Amino acid sequence: MGLRNFFDRIEPNFEKGGKWEKYFPIYEMVESFLYTPKTVTTVAPHARSYIDMKRIMTYVVMATIPCILMALYNTGYQTNLAIAEFGASGWRAAIIETLGIGFNAANPLANMLHGLLYFLPIYIVTLVAGGIFEVVFATIRKHEVNEGFLVSSMLYALIVPATTPLWQVALGIIFGVVIGKEVFGGTGKNFLNPALTGRAFLYFAYPAQLSGDSVWVPVDGFTGATALAVSASEGYEALAARGMDWWSSFYGFVPGSMGETSTLACILGLIFLLATRIANYRMVVGCLAGMIGFSLLLNWIGSDTNPMFAMPWYWHLVLGGYAFGLVFMVTEPVSGAHTNMGRYIYGALIGFMVVMIRVINPAFPEGMMLAILFGNVFAPLIDYFVVQANIKRRARRNV
Amino acid sequence: MAHKRREMLIDPLVDNNPITLQVLGICSALAVTSSLQVAFVMSIAVTFVTAFSSMFISMIRNQIPGSIRIIVQMVVIASLVILVDQMLKAFAFEISKTLSVFVGLIITNCIVMGRAEAFAMKNPPIDSFIDGVGNGLGYGLILMLVGVIRELFGSGSLFGVTILETVNNGGWYVPNGLLLLPPSAFFIIGLIIWAFRAWKPEQVEEREYKIQTVEAH
Repeated sequence: MGLRNFFDRIEPNFEKGGKWEKYFPIYEMVESFLYTPKTVTTVAPHARSYIDMKRIMTYVVMATIPCILMALYNTGYQTNLAIAEFGASGWRAAIIETLGIGFNAANPLANMLHGLLYFLPIYIVTLVAGGIFEVVFATIRKHEVNEGFLVSSMLYALIVPATTPLWQVALGIIFGVVIGKEVFGGTGKNFLNPALTGRAFLYFAYPAQLSGDSVWVPVDGFTGATALAVSASEGYEALAARGMDWWSSFYGFVPGSMGETSTLACILGLIFLLATRIANYRMVVGCLAGMIGFSLLLNWIGSDTNPMFAMPWYWHLVLGGYAFGLVFMVTEPVSGAHTNMGRYIYGALIGFMVVMIRVINPAFPEGMMLAILFGNVFAPLIDYFVVQANIKRRARRNV
Repeated sequence: MAHKRREMLIDPLVDNNPITLQVLGICSALAVTSSLQVAFVMSIAVTFVTAFSSMFISMIRNQIPGSIRIIVQMVVIASLVILVDQMLKAFAFEISKTLSVFVGLIITNCIVMGRAEAFAMKNPPIDSFIDGVGNGLGYGLILMLVGVIRELFGSGSLFGVTILETVNNGGWYVPNGLLLLPPSAFFIIGLIIWAFRAWKPEQVEEREYKIQTVEAH
């Protein structure tokens, strides 16, 4: 193992007293990314488990693979469809023409490649911009850079629209990393989801580039509302007339942020996360129950002026970012509730809030991002009451 | 004595700043800082009220019965705020409209009450006046800092004069809409407090808890 020998040879330089002592976090980051961390618990209690942070984070990244593939395919598919109508321009079109692959939306390879040309720049900018700030904080605060950032950056890249300017992508992830995570002490101490914090920053800072009709498909002149915006203005029945039926939304062939359109891909990820027990099923159950319960209630109440009241729960499930948020963000263990009872309540609160924002608040067609951030903020309070209730219950038993 | 008075004036700017160290007067700092002009007028108004209320309260401090002192202080402060409000309405009506209720709410600004109660009740009038000016300036300093950041990056101008030509007017700068919303002032004040405490570590509060470390054997 030449690489291992190389690491062993240079390691003394980074240890205490070595000449590059200050840069230990960077060395540690590269080394523990490539190899299993050597550190073991030195003090009691000695709980033995194969699950460490590296494994948890890597599993989450693996769970996003179906979403990434769908992001590549669907971004390319939507773009190629629009190009057929409006014509191609820009450097991406030049590359594709040079390669001679063409813009045929029926050709999966052409779609994947075109999607890749949109996803890759955003992902690389996310990694570089966020990574620089991670390393700066790690070096100054002397903590380690870990795989948590890989998860944040991947999730972040999947929830921005393909048209987002790259400098905004960079600003957003920097805000997410610094304000969402590092000011509270780094990975494991963040009370907000860093990826969502960055996305929320972009949403409020640059609404023209992050919302509206022309941002979802990256072709000049193309305008097309997301399925949720259409439902909000004309009712979900109008979706069929625009070629968006339930199954196409379920599979993810609709315009939207890159990685979040496909409910199927999210469900594949969810199965993986539940099987490996990285995601806690209680949060998922709670979030589904809250969403289904409240949307059924709204269906029953009904409204003459607001068509969103009539939208059934299985449409809420497949539209917008609900499925993606449910799988990868509601289940995030750090920013969610930590007690089992609290997890049900936390999930239900998010499920309730997302329907509330989508249906009743006219300002935001989509509510998953805000609902999850809202749930994050309430998670410690929920835990507090669950713990207090338990203390009271046990005290009563012992009169 | 002169040396002490200079300290009274300069101390609240950084070392004992009412916003960043005592975390008072946050409400108006969030509300009026989206444009520099408004923030500037607000700073002057608060400085005026703090200085003169401290002076007048200090003049009558030996006559005020302890049990009703808060009410007496409120009367003095409220009179001064009404004076400021009327002046603004007469000579700067546009700004007075933007400031709306926040001029009236200077009455509830903790800095004014805090200086009256903590300083003016125990010190002679001239000292109290200088202390009031100092604290008003400390408040104003942070307001202006926040205002510069919010107006420059939020709408690309300073005091209404365009610095960064925005995209809507044919320029290159894409304004950051978040900075025009009040919550952004929270982030900015937080970052300013962070910067101040990194610069002057003695301002850092002691932790309420201690992380215990166990040595390995």
